[in-house]
Amino acid sequence: MSGGVAAGPHRGAEGGIELRGLSKSFPGPDGPIEAVRGIDIEISAGETVALLGPNGAGKSTTIDMLLGLLAPDAGELSVFGRSPSQAVSRGAVGAMLQTGALIRDLSVRELIAMMASLYPAPLDVEEVLELTGVDEIAGQPTQKLSGGQTQRVRFAVAIVSNPELLVLDEPTVAMDVEGRRAFWTIMRAFAARGKTIVFATHYLEEADAYADRAVLMARGSIVADGPTTEIRAMVGTRTIRATLPGADIDALAGLAGVSGAERHGEIVILSCADSDVAIRALLADHPDARDIEITAAGLEQAFLALTGDGAVAPAGHGPEVASR
Amino acid sequence: MKPLTYTRYELLRTLRNRRFFVLSLGFPLILYYLIAGSAHNVSDLAGTGLSAPLYYMVGLASFGTMAAMLSCGARIAAERAVGWNRQLRITPLSPRTYFRAKVLTAYMMALLSLIALCLAGTTLGVSLTADEWLKMTGLILVSLVPFAALGILIGHLLTPDSIGPALGGGVSLLAFLGGTWFPIPSHGILHDVAQFLPSYWLVQASHVALGGHPWPARAWAVMAAWTAVLSVLAARAYRRDTGRV
Repeated sequence: MSGGVAAGPHRGAEGGIELRGLSKSFPGPDGPIEAVRGIDIEISAGETVALLGPNGAGKSTTIDMLLGLLAPDAGELSVFGRSPSQAVSRGAVGAMLQTGALIRDLSVRELIAMMASLYPAPLDVEEVLELTGVDEIAGQPTQKLSGGQTQRVRFAVAIVSNPELLVLDEPTVAMDVEGRRAFWTIMRAFAARGKTIVFATHYLEEADAYADRAVLMARGSIVADGPTTEIRAMVGTRTIRATLPGADIDALAGLAGVSGAERHGEIVILSCADSDVAIRALLADHPDARDIEITAAGLEQAFLALTGDGAVAPAGHGPEVASR
Repeated sequence: MKPLTYTRYELLRTLRNRRFFVLSLGFPLILYYLIAGSAHNVSDLAGTGLSAPLYYMVGLASFGTMAAMLSCGARIAAERAVGWNRQLRITPLSPRTYFRAKVLTAYMMALLSLIALCLAGTTLGVSLTADEWLKMTGLILVSLVPFAALGILIGHLLTPDSIGPALGGGVSLLAFLGGTWFPIPSHGILHDVAQFLPSYWLVQASHVALGGHPWPARAWAVMAAWTAVLSVLAARAYRRDTGRV
């Protein structure tokens, strides 16, 4: 008999993914910048995990280390029981990096075929073209594609190896709403093949809708790690914004339902655990508050509320912040 | 895994990039006709024993092939700028396969440039025997090895906007000091400096086939040293080049 051992559907996927005590700093103008500060993440094979956080949270640095593109300063990584670069050289990892375009002077089909040729057990090229919805543009040169088409081809590049681990770093950034929905539909179909998927996003809705679990990162640390329903409850806070001259923000931060307060001149912004309770309390104490708006908090504010840390803005220039 | 497929598509991409292709091949030709065309009656140029059309044909062959090898670096820099290098690094593509594709692409362009110049030479009355041509081509191709490494090295060190001036200046300087534009005097500081440059021996290589002095041991030593140093540096630059550009 000729031929080696047939690659099974879960070739080398045992053991899941482990990140232990991972740290990475970069040199900055004022000394080293700690991009990732000792994080631990454990992901089981077949899980879909969102790395959720605002820009600068350390998501991309973590992903670069997970892919073996960046060596950690400290800590250990294991991808299905191997080092990231071993997992990569076995063809077990596919990724769509945050920044990136396609090389020119190949058709979409040729590009996918070229990438497929680098792997030991790739998917059929035509199947990938169809699955990612680029079969209609398969004959077009890569330099003539729209932004959304380019993203879909990049996704095709990421999955052509039939990877056990698929890593997506803010995959939908350049897409419109329609493109985004279509993208996640395809991603889900791929996940349904039993793949492990890690994706970075700063859209809470994406994490909520498409991940089993979200790992919340802020400024290099993990703030929360759990099922998306829990995360949603944690960051699903609302913000009350009002014009209130001369307000005492420490007192405002102490109001019922309020978890944090900041002031920008005459405007106060209250992060609320319960905005219904908070607005009643605010108006009872400050009937003169005007121009009141209640909005769902952005992730950045939610993180601020979660971490109780006002040092996001440069010291001395940022808003005055109080929290409890 | 089919490592040859990657090489095949790299070659195809190079041939399809019409602007790159035409400019790479066209410039040495234009220069050749400008320089040699006006001196096509000179039968012994500056005591080299070679006619002007022949001297400049081999001189520009060295210039054209050197530029072709190094512009492979510009293509690498462009790939890096769009993040493609990082995309390749998360595949099982081995450095060996990668380098082979890049070196073969560069050699393909160099060989085409050489053929174009030889055809141009015949229009100005240059005639080489098949034996001379094969010998010259063979020696030029050997002399291009350090330039292949240099192209890959600068491709992984520089960005597309800085590689333009680096290539323009570097190729001109190497060609000037190598004796492409005029014969290097047999003594003096220019001669002494040229002895240590791969471009000088590249120009000399083409002369060897045409009845010039054969490559001395020093030539082999200089070429081997440049190849060794540049290959190590290129491999190192490639290995370290995994960050965002």
